[in-house]
Amino acid sequence: MIELRNISAGYGNRKLVKDADALFAPSTLTALTGRNGSGKSTLLRAIAGLGKICGGEIAVDGKTTFASAMERAKSIAFVNTQRVRIANMRCRDLVGLGRAPYTDWAGRLSRHDKAVVEHALATVGMSEYAERTLDTMSDGECQRVMIARALAQDTPNILLDEPTSFLDLPNRHQLMELLGNLAHNQGKTILLSTHELDIALSAADTIALIDTPRLLMLPTSDSTTRTTVATVFGLNGL
Amino acid sequence: MFLLLAALTILLLLLDLGAGSVKLSIGDVADALLGRSDDPAKSKIVVDIRLVKGIVAVISGMALSVSGLQMQTLFRNPLAGPYVLGVSSGASLAVALFILGAPLAGGLSGTAASIGMTGAALAGSGIVLALIAVAGRRIKDIMVVLILGMMVSSGISAIVQILQYMSTDEALKSFVVWTMGSLGNVTSEQLPILIAATGIGLVLAVATIKPLNLLLLGEEYAVTMGYDSRRGRTMVLVSTALLAGSVTAFCGPIGFIGLAMPHVARMAFGTADHRVLIPGAALTGAAVMLGCDIVSKLMVIPINAVTALAGIPIVVWVVFRNRQIAV
Repeated sequence: MIELRNISAGYGNRKLVKDADALFAPSTLTALTGRNGSGKSTLLRAIAGLGKICGGEIAVDGKTTFASAMERAKSIAFVNTQRVRIANMRCRDLVGLGRAPYTDWAGRLSRHDKAVVEHALATVGMSEYAERTLDTMSDGECQRVMIARALAQDTPNILLDEPTSFLDLPNRHQLMELLGNLAHNQGKTILLSTHELDIALSAADTIALIDTPRLLMLPTSDSTTRTTVATVFGLNGL
Repeated sequence: MFLLLAALTILLLLLDLGAGSVKLSIGDVADALLGRSDDPAKSKIVVDIRLVKGIVAVISGMALSVSGLQMQTLFRNPLAGPYVLGVSSGASLAVALFILGAPLAGGLSGTAASIGMTGAALAGSGIVLALIAVAGRRIKDIMVVLILGMMVSSGISAIVQILQYMSTDEALKSFVVWTMGSLGNVTSEQLPILIAATGIGLVLAVATIKPLNLLLLGEEYAVTMGYDSRRGRTMVLVSTALLAGSVTAFCGPIGFIGLAMPHVARMAFGTADHRVLIPGAALTGAAVMLGCDIVSKLMVIPINAVTALAGIPIVVWVVFRNRQIAV
């Protein structure tokens, strides 16, 4: 569960989001959307602990501060658009790095850790790729492995920055379906940023729409959501 | 693989102890080391004269290679090495200042000059790395730290050039000889200092295994997976200061080992995992440094020339063999 309390975010004097409140609940898939430069990534990175906000509070599972990066990493996992291509690194080892908050000083995996890694690979449908090295895989496959790594981190909350951006249409839909299942079947709080409105509207439970400087929380089951989103994006209809 | 490399390193150490103006067989060397030798002259040559240099070769090879590995992972840059942050230029400046300033303070004996140069180099590299480490705690983007380090390094090199230009022929020559590197300047009294400094550096390097593995994904990912960037950077930089700084202080700036050996270790062990790479790079570094020392002895040329000539083809080979450059 992620709560934004009265937060403001932006660069310098320019406030992209002002005095916004929002609640991202467990078992829901929320798509954070808005125009380019509206502050989607800024907000997401602030929640992940990678950036700062100008004012207000962000509470992750009720906690506004964490004792250490390790503690935060047990609550919240993050997947960004950065392409990770490490030669000589097998998928299984990469997903194993997700266990970092739980392993000893050298990062050795226990039997339980290994089981979690295998389960994460199976969840994203990449078990067969476990022995492959990352430099021999496509963008879609790498993206899935990075999501498996976030799953191995075993956090109640997962953030994804533009997860669909390098993928073709079938892969985008598959990915959204996967994330929806994770939210609904495993009770995770999933928040992703995207500017692909169609996909967001069809797959997410809630749209978090940045209409500068407001942050609107719109359930996709609500019939007015479509029109509101279209208006903010300056479209005649969707 | 580890056993093979360890055996190779020991074999090369024995060969290294045998090589020199008086050529000794591996058997002679082994006898001398085990105290079974019947010829006191041989055992004196091996134990009293060559052993220290052999140990220095092993230590410097390990230290440079491990610190190169740390720098490459920290900066996610395959061309990073132990000197990328100005360790060697900081040492050069201090040594240049010492060589230029020493004559002013009156003539110095040979030992005093050697201790002075070592101390100056240690201080110079320590100061530069301390500056970068302090900056690294405040600067967010690791690439800015890298660029800052390279700029500091270039700036210091320019100052060193000015000093060289103004210096006397004699001072210039002793400075240039220092920059060529030498494994033979360490006395048996100084050896414990070098062993202690690099030993602590290596222990710290082992302690950075987990942070380095997380850094393979880039600093952002690492942070969201529990990496503490201030602590991690400080540990890596202190470790590199001890490893590269002390080797540079005692042996001068020895090039290419730190840049090339991590790549060789990655390829030899076929992994990106630092649990394997740190000991792997240490062993390959030691083995290759011993090999370079043997060549340098046989052909009587400076060690830096040998490491460069051996290192360059290795780097080129690695670049061509890997479709994608691995870090």
